[in-house]
Amino acid sequence: MAVEGADIIKAAAFLGAGLAMGLGAIGPGVGEGMAAAKTCEAIGKNPQEAGLLTRTMLVGQAVSESTGIYSLVIALLLLFVV
Amino acid sequence: MLNDIQTWINVAAYTGGGMAMGLGAIGAAIGEGYTAAQANAAVSRNTELSGDILKSMLVGQAIAESASIFALVIAILLLFLSVSNPSLLTAAALFGGGLCMGFGAIGSGVGSGFPAGQACKGLVRQPQVAGKLTTNMLIGSAVCQTPAIFSMVVALMLIFIDFSGAPLLPTWAALIGAGLSTGLAAIGSGFGGGLAAGASCEGVARQPETVGNVTTIMLIGQAVSQTASIFGLLISFVLMFKSYPESAALTASMCLLAAGISSGFGGIGPGIGNGMAAEGAVRWVARDVENAGGLMRTMLVGQAVSQSTAIYAMVVSLCLIFVV
Repeated sequence: MAVEGADIIKAAAFLGAGLAMGLGAIGPGVGEGMAAAKTCEAIGKNPQEAGLLTRTMLVGQAVSESTGIYSLVIALLLLFVV
Repeated sequence: MLNDIQTWINVAAYTGGGMAMGLGAIGAAIGEGYTAAQANAAVSRNTELSGDILKSMLVGQAIAESASIFALVIAILLLFLSVSNPSLLTAAALFGGGLCMGFGAIGSGVGSGFPAGQACKGLVRQPQVAGKLTTNMLIGSAVCQTPAIFSMVVALMLIFIDFSGAPLLPTWAALIGAGLSTGLAAIGSGFGGGLAAGASCEGVARQPETVGNVTTIMLIGQAVSQTASIFGLLISFVLMFKSYPESAALTASMCLLAAGISSGFGGIGPGIGNGMAAEGAVRWVARDVENAGGLMRTMLVGQAVSQSTAIYAMVVSLCLIFVV
């Protein structure tokens, strides 16, 4: 089986895409869950502020999501562009 | 010697068996240790209840132990298996099965320890609701075991289905990827489900009359945190049962391996995160049961956002399998 340079490069790009998205998904998943847990706690203590708290949670989660989206972008770049 | 298929099958089965038991022992031991620690703390508060607490601890630990018993079964199978139709693909499948069961037992083992520990602690706080507590603990920890059961199912399929008709290249990578996908994704869901179940046992001990609401929200939260491992299972099935054209190129193999890695690792974070969200909601439903609807809504919104990265990972996996 002759393995050519271009094949190795493409294979590495695909493996890299899997690693990027897989490992990159861990952090946002955990971080956003923490935000949601603390929001539930805060709403439990202060139910009339539920709207404000949910809004704050979503903004915080959106920021935490960004690294997951970076991973997705890099994975898609590795799959389809490079 | 390099072409001796039986040698490679033995190598794969023995290393796979070692990985299954070695990795599979991690979770249950930690979970049971947590339970024992909580039980000791509980006994020190009220030594008269030590008999009940010991009983509760042992029941809880027995459930946590089941994850590593699954791993033991798979490891023994791999050690003593006789393969009817040996090929190099069988070797890949056996190794993939071992990895799947090993990783898959970690989360469930740790997770099942949480409800058991909280049940022991709760027993001291409210000895008269021991029955409700035990029931709640059993339901919660049984759900925690499902990711480990998914892993066992995939491991058994990898071990016993005859893949030898498929082309070695690139199917070997699909089989190892299938093992990694379910195995790794099960870590998060098992752990997350445990967090929710632990909070519900604590809640029942605090406010026994809220048990209905608490158990319902626990189950909803656990169900959502299982989705991460269901995505992993889905990708495993696709990887196992799709047929691939023979291709000597490294690219084709790496695509399939990467698909398993992506959905596997990608499921860990959302599984834990969803469990944390459920833990927060369940804990506060027990303290403020009038607000259960609002809390559940917030929990589901938070979980949906946390789930998104698992969905990205699944999309990347599907692209790797079907598009590129």
